[in-house]
Amino acid sequence: MPDQKDGCVKPARGPILPKTDSAVSESGITKSQEVDLMLARVGKEAIDFEATAFVEGVGFKPVKLSDYKGKWIVLCFYPGDFTFV
Amino acid sequence: MSTDSRFVHKIWQEQELSRMLDGGVPFPMLSDGGGRIGTIYGVYDEDAGVDIRGRFIIDPDFVIRAMEVLTPEVGRNPQELIRQIKAFQLVRETGDVTPSGWQPGEVTLTPGAALVGKVWEVWKP
Repeated sequence: MPDQKDGCVKPARGPILPKTDSAVSESGITKSQEVDLMLARVGKEAIDFEATAFVEGVGFKPVKLSDYKGKWIVLCFYPGDFTFV
Repeated sequence: MSTDSRFVHKIWQEQELSRMLDGGVPFPMLSDGGGRIGTIYGVYDEDAGVDIRGRFIIDPDFVIRAMEVLTPEVGRNPQELIRQIKAFQLVRETGDVTPSGWQPGEVTLTPGAALVGKVWEVWKP
């Protein structure tokens, strides 16, 4: 396995939302960082994101959902590592 | 994807998953610390601070075709996931549609004027 040297804090971009005209609010925080609503809808384009990841045989790397564009993707969320179900 | 860090994912893979499945899980284990991604996918439980059991099928055009969300106590059904993927793939290839409970190899329906009122002739549930 290649080198897995990695700092403790290495933020990924998180949700990558389409830019809007009013992307920056008065607080200087971009709207994309303030989104707290479910945007995913069946029949609509998936919302892209970048997340840090552990990949077997590779190690730690950032992964973007759109890296897999052109393939069938299954995206699974679960409550936590080491939980029972 | 869960709210665990990539470090916890690595240890879970090494300590437990690799003992359940030879070689461990072969796909990326993603980290959603803070739940920002789970929030836009509608699965982040703010009170518990975790992403609940959500599953999304996304087609090659990047369109979400299916979603299923469960509270944590009940596990998923991988056979149903595979059935849905096969159904969506067949629909994409042929333009036919799959009736309720369809399994691979079973009859599909060709939508159109000729089928109106005639589904009973071709599909026997």
